[in-house]
Amino acid sequence: MNILVCVKRVPQTGGRIVLTADGQAIDTRFLGHTISPHEECGVEEAVQIVEKEGGSSTVLTLGPVEAEEQLRDAMAIGIERAVLLETDGSEWDPVSTAGAIAESIESQEAANAAFDLILFGNEAADTGDFQVGVRVAVALGRPIINGIKEIWLRDDRGAVFARREAPGGGWETYELPLPAILGVKEGLNLPRYPSVPGRLRAKKKEIERVALGGSPSGALGLGAGEDAAAAGASAVPGPTKLGLRLPAEEKTAAEVLGQGPDAASAVVDLFEKIGVVAR
Amino acid sequence: MSGPVLAFIEHAGGEPDRLSLEALALARGLAVSLAAPLEAIVLGSGAEAVAGRLGTFGAQAVHVAGAADFDAFAPAAWGAATRAAMESRQPAAVVAAGSERGNEVMAHVAARTGLPMAANVVSVSPGDGSGGAAGSWRLVRQRWAGSLLEDAALDAPTRLLTVAPHAVAIDPVASGAATPTILPFEPERDPADLIARVVKVEARTSSGVSLSDAKVVVGGGRGVGSAEGFGRLEELATALNGAVGGSRVVTSLGWRPHSDQIGQTGLRIAPDLYIACGISGAIQHIVGCKAAKQILAINTDPDSPIMAVADYAVIGDVATIVPAITAEIERRRGAP
Ligand SMILES: Cc1cc2nc3c(=O)[nH]c(=O)nc-3n(C[C@H](O)[C@H](O)[C@H](O)COP(=O)(O)OP(=O)(O)OC[C@H]3O[C@@H](n4cnc5c(N)ncnc54)[C@H](O)[C@@H]3O)c2cc1C
Ligand SMILES: Nc1ncnc2c1ncn2[C@@H]1O[C@H](COP(=O)(O)O)[C@@H](O)[C@H]1O
Repeated sequence: MNILVCVKRVPQTGGRIVLTADGQAIDTRFLGHTISPHEECGVEEAVQIVEKEGGSSTVLTLGPVEAEEQLRDAMAIGIERAVLLETDGSEWDPVSTAGAIAESIESQEAANAAFDLILFGNEAADTGDFQVGVRVAVALGRPIINGIKEIWLRDDRGAVFARREAPGGGWETYELPLPAILGVKEGLNLPRYPSVPGRLRAKKKEIERVALGGSPSGALGLGAGEDAAAAGASAVPGPTKLGLRLPAEEKTAAEVLGQGPDAASAVVDLFEKIGVVAR
Repeated sequence: MSGPVLAFIEHAGGEPDRLSLEALALARGLAVSLAAPLEAIVLGSGAEAVAGRLGTFGAQAVHVAGAADFDAFAPAAWGAATRAAMESRQPAAVVAAGSERGNEVMAHVAARTGLPMAANVVSVSPGDGSGGAAGSWRLVRQRWAGSLLEDAALDAPTRLLTVAPHAVAIDPVASGAATPTILPFEPERDPADLIARVVKVEARTSSGVSLSDAKVVVGGGRGVGSAEGFGRLEELATALNGAVGGSRVVTSLGWRPHSDQIGQTGLRIAPDLYIACGISGAIQHIVGCKAAKQILAINTDPDSPIMAVADYAVIGDVATIVPAITAEIERRRGAP
């Protein structure tokens, strides 16, 4: 099994988000970076499948040179190859991102072996565009299903089964012939922590780089929709970010009911008042 | 005049989904500002009955593809049916719910048409300011699951939008709702679009009140200390006929299953009361519980960020406070 996982570097926001003065980005001066928990599970799943089945695992990101850190994190837990589609750090819209990723996959597959399975996160933690994986799948002509929390291979290894939560509770299962693409969610597995030797090994590994530069605003080859392509047009990029802001907060300071176990009586008075226990 | 606004409607048990009705409400506001007709798309068995109910929410016409082929969820096929309706109607916009399925179907529509798509929109103002549908539309959408808002521009012949859950109120027509015109259509079914399709459904097995439906949720974080520590939270939840949830820290540590996680990459809940025990109140957790009517925080740290979103607080150790509350509930119940 050859598996590719696509991950996106995002700021590790904590208690609250602080924006830059121009309102164009999150102020990351005091923040670390990470990838979405969904994608962490994708990385872990790729490592587990290759451990069991053999084959190779690759991680890919489109982002600034600093995103090497996220690629090395993935290699520290066992991913073998890493590809950086290096940008100038400007924000790429999901249409352009998908186009560049699809193009990279095609050239990697031409140079190496085809990917049997490609894993995306269900949505990126920051922009939450809910579309990059689907756009790549359509460009490559492969089936995709999102929201996946369990993956297992068919006995003949010709297909993958994937399970996700059904709208009213319960589970629904899909069966996709390989090669296939899955959008995965946290809960798929419990990602391992990198070991020290793992980190040291990852540090020495080669990262394959492709320079992309700034976000394109116009014509794209791959990733363009087939309807549009048939009409001689290419995909329209967007949406275009104008600015960011924090949602208005209505809350004021909490009313302190007490300290320690002695507060129990005041708490149950409150429960009675708001009607969650009978008086 | 602009083309219609089309709303994609999910349904179950003969009823349109709540989130789809929220999307229809946003679509209706949009249709009014464009002076455009409001139309809907409904797929699968029972579609016609669901279509009939949409007049109450302002739909003037409903495109109905009632073939049973559309019963099992297949995002590419549902997207292809939507594209077929788009081809005949040249809509100004297509709007779906920001549900798991709504986002996925619209992503397929977007990928196959080459159109951009804005997910989890909370409001939209069409046109370039001159009142028409042309030019770049302005919209507000959620990032970080709603921790952050983005002002964005969207410029395309047809705008594809999904609507953030619980951001727009369902909006029934005040009076004199007309029965919508039913427009049956037969989209082609490309076998390739049916590859990713539900092949098996399993019903929910666990009994008891589910985390998403519970009126009271007792949430635990790192401050609970261990998997065993959650026993105390279980007892309190039982006394309140509620359910137990947790932060990402406790699911990552394996103290609780991931299905208990509340937040950006877990569940969004809206109980009457959320009791946050030993939870610091990281923004990614808060987006999952801020719809609670009341929040009570139990925390050793009076300055933790949870205090800024909680309505009430008790300062101290969860390990002693939680059992004291349970005991007090039981004492009052036992009292004559
Ligand atoms: C992209 C992304 C997505 C995420 N998604 C989610 C998500 O879906 N859900 C989620 O929860 N998190 C999510 N997180 C993680 C989030 O940022 C926080 O790390 C997490 O919520 C913290 O969990 P916690 O409050 O249990 O732990 P901590 O932040 O460690 O807080 C522990 C709290 O317990 C208190 N405490 C300690 N001991 C006691 C005691 N004995 N009695 C009472 N109080 C005590 C402390 O004062 C502290 O406030 C996400 C993060 C990222 C980057
Ligand atoms: N810049 C990027 N580099 C690599 N993968 C990405 C990038 N942006 C998005 N993805 C992948 O696409 C998924 C969906 O992203 P989105 O459509 O932006 O919500 C993410 O979870 C990632 O797996």
